[in-house]
Amino acid sequence: MSSLNYLGEYLPIFVFLVIALAFGVVAIAGSWLAAKQKPDAVKLAAYECGFEAFDDARRKFDVRFYLVSILFIIFDLEVAFLFPWAISLSKIGLYGFWSMMLFLAVLTVGFIYEWKKGALEWE
Amino acid sequence: MTPVVFLPALPELFLALASLGLLLIGVLAAPERTAKGIPLLGALALAVTLALVIQAPAGRAEAFYGMFVTDGFAVFAEALVLLAAIATLLAGLRFNAWQGIDRFELPVLVLLSVTGMLAMITANDLISFYIGLELQSLPLYVLAAFKRDSARSTEAGLKYFVLSALSSGLLLFGASLLYGFSAGTSYEAIGHALVQPDAMTAIGAVIGLVFLLAGVAFKLSAAPFHMWTPDVYEGSPTSVTAFFAVGPKVAALAVFARLAFGPFSGLAAAWHDVAWLLCVASLVVGGFAAINQTNLKRMMAYSSISHVGFALMGLAAGTEEGLRGMLVYLGVYTFMNLGTFVVLLGLGRDGAIAESLSDLAGLSKTRPGAALALTIFFLSLAGLPPTAGVFAKMFVLLPALHAGMPGLAILGIVMSAVACFYYLRVVKVMYFDEPGLPLDADVASGTQQAIFALAACVVLFLCVIPGPFLSIAGAAAHTLFP
Repeated sequence: MSSLNYLGEYLPIFVFLVIALAFGVVAIAGSWLAAKQKPDAVKLAAYECGFEAFDDARRKFDVRFYLVSILFIIFDLEVAFLFPWAISLSKIGLYGFWSMMLFLAVLTVGFIYEWKKGALEWE
Repeated sequence: MTPVVFLPALPELFLALASLGLLLIGVLAAPERTAKGIPLLGALALAVTLALVIQAPAGRAEAFYGMFVTDGFAVFAEALVLLAAIATLLAGLRFNAWQGIDRFELPVLVLLSVTGMLAMITANDLISFYIGLELQSLPLYVLAAFKRDSARSTEAGLKYFVLSALSSGLLLFGASLLYGFSAGTSYEAIGHALVQPDAMTAIGAVIGLVFLLAGVAFKLSAAPFHMWTPDVYEGSPTSVTAFFAVGPKVAALAVFARLAFGPFSGLAAAWHDVAWLLCVASLVVGGFAAINQTNLKRMMAYSSISHVGFALMGLAAGTEEGLRGMLVYLGVYTFMNLGTFVVLLGLGRDGAIAESLSDLAGLSKTRPGAALALTIFFLSLAGLPPTAGVFAKMFVLLPALHAGMPGLAILGIVMSAVACFYYLRVVKVMYFDEPGLPLDADVASGTQQAIFALAACVVLFLCVIPGPFLSIAGAAAHTLFP
């Protein structure tokens, strides 16, 4: 009985999985049925990001990609940090609220710095 | 929920805010004004922090729900770190402009790193300790690689980063074991669990302790965790090396002592062994490896390893007297080492730093003041009378004798005799060799001269009036022995 309950707690995740699967299938099938198909080599590649999908890994690439990815990770982590904070906000009180505000303020200082330094401009 | 207490952490909070403010001013103001303005403002912010640290009410105070603690011991270590940072910022002004690295980010990074050191020294919990440690290290990696167009500087930054990441891993592994065996991250909880440990806890906690202290020893550049030191000291810009040689070491030793006499007091036998081993290895490696060095910065790197060995000797004794000896040694070390590097900051030839031994040939004729100051510092580093060096060595050798470790004390004396050779060789080159090509005049500045003259006076006259300094160090050591 208890083990059944244990599985029951996973039901929302199962429902979510089914919906996700259905959503993917409907989107692909819809575009296949309704849209015009004009495939070419680039469109058929796994990723459309400017690099060959299968290539020698020891290749020079523009160092600016590296900078963009670092900046991306900083804000990615910020969001990852915000989720648990938002969920537990009712328990951690004002101290928790202002701690995160302080963290965001520090991050904003960093953001102003990178903006002014021109790290966000490609050319 | 009790309201959060943050007033005891006022110096740290002020410094953190000041460094963010300086970063904003630096990026928004006109570039030609920030090159000189930001370092001066940074030194001012550090001076205000020093005043806040010293003015704080005496006694132990906790903040942030016990994550943070300040006491006399913390004040002593913090004051040394802040003094070193102020001196390097001011002395580096002319040097950084001459080397083309006078960007405003440098002082901001120094300020952030100092914030991390203060946080380490005042940490009362493994988590706040680790955050302080990383906040200290990250700016230091960037500072080591600050001369971006120099292969040696970027190599220094990368080496320091990779090895430091490894040591952080070791440290975290040790911290997780300690947490697992004591069910707490605060120093009180760990100390409480280790008072009367059962057999299982004792073994696990000892393994955790060894890993944790290995991570700290890496930051301390104590042998056998010293491999990065010569390369990083040599490759970094000299103004950064001067800071490397003092700040991180003082902070790491303060953490070592706080851990040893706080949470690890139940495992005294274990950390005594660790400190003893680090001390012996550092003395031997630092003493013998420096003999072959012809590059002054590399030589100073090995010299700093051997001085860490001496400071650890006071800790290895494990008594209040030994801890006082360690603090006295750190204080004297700060002045003599900073002084040496500030003299080196003023030496350049043909647009390059004069860092090899032969560059100093005949310095007594070309720059008598610098040569005299350097002689005083090297005599002190070698531990020869009448300088403060001999006085500092006495205060770590005697506790080792009193604690029943005559072997360690004898090794210390033998190794300082070995060290005499390479320190006195520099003095010989300065006074008896013929001068080579002329030195550049535009690297030396009056600020540098004022700083090294002040440091030389302290090193020379500390023996005459040692009373105040000794009583401050004694009181600071006493706070860890309730």
